[in-house]
Amino acid sequence: MDLSAINPVLLVASLMVAATPILLAAIGELVVEKAGVLNLGVEGMMITGAICGFAIAVETGSPWAGFIGAAAGGAALSLLFVLLTQLALANQVASGLGLTLFGLGFSALLGQSYVGVKPPATPKLEFLGLSDLSVIGPILFHHDLILYFGIVLVAAVWAALKYTRMGLILRAVGENHDAAHALGYKVVRIRILAILFGGACAGLGGAYVSLVRVPQWTEGMTAGIGWIALALVVFASWKPWRVLLGAYLFGGITVLQLNLQAAGVAIPVEYLAMSPYVVTILVLVILSADKSSAPASLGRIFHAAR
Amino acid sequence: MIVLEKRPQPSREWALATPLVAVLATMIVGGLLFGALGTNPLVAIRTIFWDPLFGEFAFYYRPQLLVKGAPLVLIAIGLSLGFKAGIWNIGAEGQYIIGALVGAGIGLAFYPLDAWYVFPLMVIGGAVGGWAWAMIPALLKVRFGTNEILVSLMLVYVAEQLLASMSLGLLKNPEGHGFPGSRNLADYPSATSWINQDVGLHWGVAFALIAVIFAYVLLNRHMLGFHIRLTGDAPRAARFAGVNPARLILFCLGASGALAGLAGLFEISGPAGQVSIDFNIGYGFTAIIVAFLGRLHPVGILLAGALMALTYIGGEIAQSQLGLPAAAIQVFQGMLLFFLLALDLLTNFRVRMRKSEVA
Repeated sequence: MDLSAINPVLLVASLMVAATPILLAAIGELVVEKAGVLNLGVEGMMITGAICGFAIAVETGSPWAGFIGAAAGGAALSLLFVLLTQLALANQVASGLGLTLFGLGFSALLGQSYVGVKPPATPKLEFLGLSDLSVIGPILFHHDLILYFGIVLVAAVWAALKYTRMGLILRAVGENHDAAHALGYKVVRIRILAILFGGACAGLGGAYVSLVRVPQWTEGMTAGIGWIALALVVFASWKPWRVLLGAYLFGGITVLQLNLQAAGVAIPVEYLAMSPYVVTILVLVILSADKSSAPASLGRIFHAAR
Repeated sequence: MIVLEKRPQPSREWALATPLVAVLATMIVGGLLFGALGTNPLVAIRTIFWDPLFGEFAFYYRPQLLVKGAPLVLIAIGLSLGFKAGIWNIGAEGQYIIGALVGAGIGLAFYPLDAWYVFPLMVIGGAVGGWAWAMIPALLKVRFGTNEILVSLMLVYVAEQLLASMSLGLLKNPEGHGFPGSRNLADYPSATSWINQDVGLHWGVAFALIAVIFAYVLLNRHMLGFHIRLTGDAPRAARFAGVNPARLILFCLGASGALAGLAGLFEISGPAGQVSIDFNIGYGFTAIIVAFLGRLHPVGILLAGALMALTYIGGEIAQSQLGLPAAAIQVFQGMLLFFLLALDLLTNFRVRMRKSEVA
């Protein structure tokens, strides 16, 4: 065992990369849940985004086209959820599960010819002079655009929810859809937009896994991080900045256990690999005592009688 | 303009018809999908739904129907109890794995002892293993209000890692020349769940049928079953009627965990035979579809389990004969759930055409 092989600077830099897919998916789901919709299909939308982004990036040779395609793919799958829950008024839990099961199968079908293919590299940004600084450089100034986009998105969602009229209406719909409807807001239309936004974010997160983090395509490669993103929204108490904090915590655990595996710690690999899931449960337990901040209409079906 | 009018009572006719319509719609859209993949849609549908039952090699496939259907029905029966009450155990896959590990562990501990009590002990072990694994989300929900959906699902990934660890370590066959995987329980007469392998009969099939009967009696003739249905339909009324939600959570999650654990045990000591890394093939997740397709009703689940087993076997045939990818059948099953959920609209609402009027 050689713990000195673990470089703390590289660890922090790589935990940011590991956290980005969870961060993107979770911030999207946060907006969906703020609008009062519980979409359990995050895992399915992520894996669909992962293959859509991968396929398009490989075909066009441009990772950026891939990311756009991934967002479109995730949003397209979430459109199915829209049809089921907003138009057919189906149970949201069951529909979300269906979305995940379908997405896993569908992505495997799409991805058959992409196994073992190498995607085009996503370039890292270079900030003049700053990227070469000793400690801060690799941590803050040597990443790809999507990673920064994730952080900006958190700030944007926070500001939009807190300071804009749009955010206020979105929260009103999530807290009490009957009252919002009585005030004349289009509850279903607002929720549809929120769900599509969530789908696009999850798709983007999925593509980050297949194009940057791994970068490769294998069936079921998101391995439950969509579910971790869902858990993250709960223990962030539906607050954007806490999502960022939580995502980095999880990225940290994932990267740390991989580093410990590589360093040959005396704990068996399987027990290290299960640690992110166990920690998710523990954090959920600690933080789920406070349910007061959950949107009041979360998961409830809205049907305007007139 | 089309408006939806809520029915005062869910329509009984539509409740029975939606699964059939959903299956038909899935066949049509699935056929189009297979067509897009370059297979003749009619041939694909015939291969999946007809050949396993009446085709040339049906004598080989029919027993498989029991083998594939039993775990699905066993797990789905347990899940349906919770789903009825709004308690979402979606980690049956994990409970299935742990039940199999505990049961197989007991069996392997007795190897090569020849005694009548080995298999019954394994059955108890399997049930207790699955029950205990489901008790984790149950107790956390009761004590801390933790979301059971997320916890039970996270535990699937934990269970998969435990399975990998066991098949590479503790339960590895000492005479296996270093290959991963345990001894084959199907070859150990005191521990096998097979009753008659030629007709596909193992103890899991028997237990699945018993579970169907038990669930039917519980839901229709027993106070606890009434409480389950009441909690699902009207949670507030249930509280006033004196239903203890904590006890209900413990019972529903515990029962579904125990049944999933049993399914795992019967699978590992029969059809699968040994503890190996790829032992679980998603029965725990497919059972969710089975439970919904069967309208959360025990008899419906029995039929839905048979249908889903058919798509598994048909999918395998289509894979080998037509070169359809394995994932296509997964998409097919997912589609079935979609159509079912969407068509449920007709059960609870009336679709009316109405001229738009001035407000």
